[in-house]
Amino acid sequence: MSHARGLRGLIFATIAMTMAALALVFFYAPLDADQGFVQKIFYIHVPMAIVSLCGFVLGALLAIGHLRTGDRKWDLRSYVAIHMSLIFGVAALIMGSIWAKASWGHWWVWDDPTLVSFLIVLLLFATYQPLRFAIEDPERQARYASVFAVVAGAFVPLNFIAVRLSQGFVHPRVLTLTGGNLPGSMRLTFTVAVLAVALLFATLCIFELSAKRTRIELRRLRRELLGDDAVAALRRSAAPS
Amino acid sequence: MTLLAAPALPLHTAGKYVAGAYIVLVVMLVVYVGIMALRTSRTRRELSELRQELADREVRENPAAAPGSPAPVRRGDRLAEPEREVAR
Repeated sequence: MSHARGLRGLIFATIAMTMAALALVFFYAPLDADQGFVQKIFYIHVPMAIVSLCGFVLGALLAIGHLRTGDRKWDLRSYVAIHMSLIFGVAALIMGSIWAKASWGHWWVWDDPTLVSFLIVLLLFATYQPLRFAIEDPERQARYASVFAVVAGAFVPLNFIAVRLSQGFVHPRVLTLTGGNLPGSMRLTFTVAVLAVALLFATLCIFELSAKRTRIELRRLRRELLGDDAVAALRRSAAPS
Repeated sequence: MTLLAAPALPLHTAGKYVAGAYIVLVVMLVVYVGIMALRTSRTRRELSELRQELADREVRENPAAAPGSPAPVRRGDRLAEPEREVAR
């Protein structure tokens, strides 16, 4: 009950933050001197990409929790974080393509390290679901998936550093540890947009976790009350069961 | 880089791209919520099937517990008037 109330609070916070972000993007942040109105895509594309990459790292940290304790709830959390990050990543990629077409005249540019490295990370994590689906035994499935999540998750910051160190930039660098070159109003708008997307990520993760837990509980009841055959009849799944 | 030197698009052209990018987010949310709604309805259906199977099993194991069957009379229960007549 308190879980549902917490989710409801998070949904309201997400809606409020999204509304604030949209208002700031379209009514407060000034038009970019170089790109004009099309730069508004920055406020949704970059937060989606950042939250997606952070989600992959979060999935790896949760998978470490599973490998350390052997508790399947960590595997479930890791699975949901990676699943949601994949969805956000695909959305970020599509938005990025639209922005690239508008500002560069091409849907995709193969010689930009940021684009290609993001695609590599996304394709790497896209193999997570088939890997899980290929393993039938739930214990082994959880263990192998956790190992994969940790290794692939460690690849994300390494990839990020490699891109930062590379020289041939097409993507301008507006966010740096020393402050970057975003003006104050754009920085505020961007921060609110990142918070809104992070809240959306958290809300969808908790929603999916709650749905998955219900399903697992239903399977457990079915097994207890009707025997193993009743559960075996249900179809195989990549999700933790 | 020649790509960076591309001039800004006029508002009527840029608007389509900006709308397209934000629509991607909306579509993603709608598809996700739709899939979750389908899964929730499947879970609900399985739950009602499970409930039905449990009720059927209870009836098979204990026919007296079936809805509509008379409750067993225990010693000390007060009988209704016609039943009391028969008991005499």
